[in-house]
Amino acid sequence: MNHSISLTVNGVRRDIELDDPRVTLLDLLRERLHLTGTKKGCDRGQCGACTILIDGRRINSCLTLAVSHDGADILTIEGVARGDQLHPLQAAFIAHDGLQCGFCTPGQIMSAIGLINEGQAGDDPERIREAMSGNLCRCGAYSGITEAVLDVQNSLAEANQRRSA
Amino acid sequence: MKTFDYVRPASVSDAVAAATEPGAAYLAAGTNLLDLMKGGITRPDRLVDITRVPGLDRIEPMPDGGLRIGALVRNADLAHDAEFARSYPSVAEALLSGASAQLRNAATVGGNLLQRTRCAYFYDTASACNKREPGSGCDARIGENRLHAVLGWSDACIATHPSDFAVPLVALDAVVEIAGKTGRREVALEDFHRLPGDTPERESVLEPGELLVALRLPAEARGFSAHARYLKVRERTSYAFAVVSAAAALRIENGAIRDARLALGGVAAKPWRARSAEKLLEGQRPDAASFRRAAEAALADAKPSGDNEFKIELAQRVLVRALLLALAGTPKRVPALPASPFSSPAGAFA
Repeated sequence: MNHSISLTVNGVRRDIELDDPRVTLLDLLRERLHLTGTKKGCDRGQCGACTILIDGRRINSCLTLAVSHDGADILTIEGVARGDQLHPLQAAFIAHDGLQCGFCTPGQIMSAIGLINEGQAGDDPERIREAMSGNLCRCGAYSGITEAVLDVQNSLAEANQRRSA
Repeated sequence: MKTFDYVRPASVSDAVAAATEPGAAYLAAGTNLLDLMKGGITRPDRLVDITRVPGLDRIEPMPDGGLRIGALVRNADLAHDAEFARSYPSVAEALLSGASAQLRNAATVGGNLLQRTRCAYFYDTASACNKREPGSGCDARIGENRLHAVLGWSDACIATHPSDFAVPLVALDAVVEIAGKTGRREVALEDFHRLPGDTPERESVLEPGELLVALRLPAEARGFSAHARYLKVRERTSYAFAVVSAAAALRIENGAIRDARLALGGVAAKPWRARSAEKLLEGQRPDAASFRRAAEAALADAKPSGDNEFKIELAQRVLVRALLLALAGTPKRVPALPASPFSSPAGAFA
């Protein structure tokens, strides 16, 4: 039986006919919509490489069925830059060497955007490390990743302070 | 993954009707179920997606001062609900000790309680496992079993229940609401999960087609909010299942323990309420000596199921440490960054 779903992906509405309910959101993005920035690492919810935002919240796209997300608003790594202008987290990952091979980086950046949206970690490195523990980096760029997230958190806090001053 | 029918009912009664057929499974976030289906461990013929059933995603105060939490409330939303975290801080702390931020954003509270064991032999379809395939045997008994149960296990199964959330819940007398074909019923969470016995494939008291619709915390449990902690020991600092964990909650009056609530995680096929230890603490001075006596009582019936004798002593120490953390007081900032065995009981993370 076919299932029709409609998603907004990076601001663009996509109407999709699913001929199989087994398709995960990750496979839909990569194989059907050809958005291959979202990576398939473990495909079992352990590595975080497939992290995307659904309605502003970070989740593992490998552990959810596309068919159950009719109407969802999805943001992937392809949707975070504005033209040539990098998202602040993308720029911070480069500035702080938050990567080596780069395979985990889209998931790390999407996870960090989710973390900042959640507003729970603040500028506490301990909380940032805890909140980023769902994203593995086998190159071991963790210290750079934490610094990048901290940097963006601090700039946001400063900007907010200036606004309220 | 085996093919399946996918249905999305719009009400609890439609869901129950759709799930009554053999081979049907409820789908919420799917963070555990899809993993199991990808591995061929669970092979449902039909998925009944309950994520659009209205009314199951609310956190509601009860007229008697208790709290009702719908089965579809996401783990992260519950942990970060300010009123909930203030009233039941050890439950929020346990939620934040589990999984990763991504998984907590998706996973539901009902799914958390119904998640399956992480025993590696259950997950490996080439191994014998009485839980996955009744009667096939248990390869864990002769395999890597240092993380397996030390309480309530049987010759048929030595797996543990992996939930953190369930541990303080069982300590605080949570109740689950269940919907079935013949109406609704309630079960104390302590009686919800089953010990393996000869039927390890039956993990809870849910009958086929029954749906867990909500969880309730009694008003009385708020009385422990000033002294309630959850401590989890794991093989890495974050994003790992418990080797052993403990929930401890105290009510202290005039320098003595008026009431204690204790439970252990990672030690049995269910969250393990330590009632004998609670009784020992009543009326006692809260100190390391009385905590140690209580911890010894909590593990009095423990026995190793393999290379895991160390867990018996570890569980006692974790329980003592959780009690010391609870005595020092609930952290000012809740939900707390999960307690760590590396922090001092004086509250380095408080």
